Amino acid sequence: MNGTRVAETMMNATSLETGRAPGCRTVMPARRVFGAFFKEARYESVRMLRSPAFGIPFLSLPVALYLLFAVLLFGEALRSDPKGALFVFAGFDVLGVMGPGMFGFGVVVAMEREQGLLTLKRALPMPPAAYLLAKMAMATVFGVIVTATMIVAALTLGHLPLTAGQCFSVAAINILGALPFCAIGLFIGTRISAKAAPAITNVMYMAMIYLSGIMIPLPKTMQATAIIWPAYHLDHLMFRALGASSQGAATVHILVLASVTLVLTALSIRQLARVG
Amino acid sequence: MNTDCLAELSGVSKRFGKIVALDGVDLDVRRGELFALLGPNGAGKTTAISLLLGLRQPDAGSALLFGQSPQRVEARRQIGVMMQEVTLAAELRIRELIDLVASYYPDPLSPDEVLEMTDTTPLRDRPYGKLSAGQKRQAQFALAVCGRPRLLFLDEPTVGLDVQARELMWATLRQLVEEGSSIVLTTHYLEEAEALADRVAVLARGRMIASGTVSEIRGHVVRKRIACVTALTTEEVATWPDVQSVSRDGQRLNITVSNAETVVRRLLAADEDLEELEVLRAGLAEAFTELTQEVVA
Repeated sequence: MNGTRVAETMMNATSLETGRAPGCRTVMPARRVFGAFFKEARYESVRMLRSPAFGIPFLSLPVALYLLFAVLLFGEALRSDPKGALFVFAGFDVLGVMGPGMFGFGVVVAMEREQGLLTLKRALPMPPAAYLLAKMAMATVFGVIVTATMIVAALTLGHLPLTAGQCFSVAAINILGALPFCAIGLFIGTRISAKAAPAITNVMYMAMIYLSGIMIPLPKTMQATAIIWPAYHLDHLMFRALGASSQGAATVHILVLASVTLVLTALSIRQLARVG
Repeated sequence: MNTDCLAELSGVSKRFGKIVALDGVDLDVRRGELFALLGPNGAGKTTAISLLLGLRQPDAGSALLFGQSPQRVEARRQIGVMMQEVTLAAELRIRELIDLVASYYPDPLSPDEVLEMTDTTPLRDRPYGKLSAGQKRQAQFALAVCGRPRLLFLDEPTVGLDVQARELMWATLRQLVEEGSSIVLTTHYLEEAEALADRVAVLARGRMIASGTVSEIRGHVVRKRIACVTALTTEEVATWPDVQSVSRDGQRLNITVSNAETVVRRLLAADEDLEELEVLRAGLAEAFTELTQEVVA
């Protein structure tokens, strides 16, 4: 069968019907616009969950490390130290929130810029902002999964007496707490090449983990500098939600996290609009 | 606006630093035509297309898509796009990718209709990352048509396709144009443009150096080639007026001429036994080479 006959056979059944009224091709009902946002977010989450290089480390590493330190290595000691148990839980929980946001944006956006996917999406009639909102939704989905597994691990193996209200508060803080890390990742991903982005994101990630004091209590000389890291503020919001003593007012922590999110996102959107 | 003009660049200039990518370019794409944009590497084709897609803004002049700024999503809801250098999400299956891209359009085809139309049904449940280069091009074509676009932008659509898949793609493009779709094609395969295009535009060094039908572009090259089996010598024929060059290939004499008719008359008069006479007009490839060489020289 030659190409013409094949095409005729196929296209008799389906055509683009280009004679339709132009209006039905340009006006998008709100339901369909919402559907486009939903599908962008859904498929972004699906592809990241299917990606072993992304899904496995960010979903399993925080809870695996939590179980290693809070159960296997220091389980006995932490049973008699409720404050320490909360510190370890909050630290690994914040770690779980940071990864998907920073790497999902920092590395993936840089790659998609260089591989032409972002350009294609800008050329297609994708609703404005759907790309960024989908990635934020993906980071939130990962955050929810990490939070759920962390809470289950803490309640069962970690013997942490969390109330239903505390679990709910931790989940809510994690969902919103993912946003500043998305913004940091986006800032990196819109400015750095795909080759350099993993290294830069890793350096930022590791530096924040240790210098914010979420994993290891910092020496007094370094404690004052911890406040520059968003992870420090999220960690202290988590302490409050868990009923532990924390430094600084909750409103200050929220303001810092919100400012980081808004400023870095605005700068990144401007960069995307200018150079793609 | 002329309703038959779907996309146009008017007096467009665009610079990147010191490099002039486009210099006063006018271009229009009309309803129901396949328009091929040709040019050597660095001619400005990609810049011209990116202006029509709203990816960049002109420094001077205007770019319009369906009479609006291409940056308006309402304008882009009427186009489909297939880019040459793009890596789609490797983990998503072809049906999922079509479902996602179709969601951007008000009145798309269903994923199964798209798969059937583009002969990609066997790829339906395969992850994009597992496809061959040719299959990826077919999948990208499926994404380009899923929104029932009135205007398709296709950048090197047949790169990586085997002969059968390329024939099928050509036939599908012809069918789309017959049904009223318009297509902007950029290609390095000049035979592709020759076989498919209603109109051709040639860019070189950021300037539009020729535009028209394939025949009109060919007409830019006055030269023709004459081949025949003759006892006449190359030295003798080379001295005739209108003869530019002569070479012999066995018994055949190949003559490049500026005026075929006068040379043919003289050949027939000079050699009564002359056989297998052929007069060949310049193809699009020769016209393209000559046109672009003139600009580059």
